[in-house]
Amino acid sequence: MEIGLVHYLTVSAVLFGLGLFTVMTRKNAVGILLGVELILNAAALNFVAFNHFVGGGIAGQVFTVFIIILAASEAAIALAIVLQVYRNRRTIDADELTSLRN
Amino acid sequence: MPATVFLALAALTLVSAGIVAFSKNIIYSTLGLLGTFLGIAGLYVTLSADFLSAVQILVYVGGTLTLILFAVMLTARIDKMKVSNPSGGIVPAFVLVALLLVALGTVAAQTAWPSEARPVMPSTAKLGHAFLGEYLLPFELGSIVLLGAMIGSVVLARRAVKRSWEKG
Repeated sequence: MEIGLVHYLTVSAVLFGLGLFTVMTRKNAVGILLGVELILNAAALNFVAFNHFVGGGIAGQVFTVFIIILAASEAAIALAIVLQVYRNRRTIDADELTSLRN
Repeated sequence: MPATVFLALAALTLVSAGIVAFSKNIIYSTLGLLGTFLGIAGLYVTLSADFLSAVQILVYVGGTLTLILFAVMLTARIDKMKVSNPSGGIVPAFVLVALLLVALGTVAAQTAWPSEARPVMPSTAKLGHAFLGEYLLPFELGSIVLLGAMIGSVVLARRAVKRSWEKG
């Protein structure tokens, strides 16, 4: 069996679907963050796969480095916010954080 | 590249991602993310992205995953986390994910990708030249973003401590 672009796209699509499922079903804010990480990794895998099989050059890998940079800073900021919310409210259940709604 | 290597890495990635998505315990989900990151790092090697593979392990496994584990341990009572999955949102999530996969599969199957088999070769030197040449400005902007994120997370996460000589 020859492994081609479609196989990598399949892995990436399933990974994206699992990430979306995680984001939609979790109530825990940290759990939602795990889903976001899955989605970002699926996108990065797509970039590298297209770079290898279609584009040539190096641009896809450069984009993946920027995805990793943004994912790292996003995780740090989001976890700081989660920590502060937990300290103030004693919960990180996303359905209970509704004080801005009224 | 033998197909078994790809299949093993893909299975590691997707089974771990399944644990992340379906485990009721947030600790197991976080540890499942470890397998996903390692599998993706392996897939990067098979796509001639050796530097990205090392970065993936260093940044994600060494940094992000540790950070998330810290957050889980600091915010959650583990026994309480078993009820964190509601039963209500699962059906629409399944429907949406199924629709998404059908749409992606249709597009991927109908498009004639101009793909060709290429040899796997190291690309670290090319990546370095690209960052110090063509992509210099985005590279520097990325370092500014990282600095901002670092300062921002320190400011957000610190506890406001009033010293004895401060008023109010």
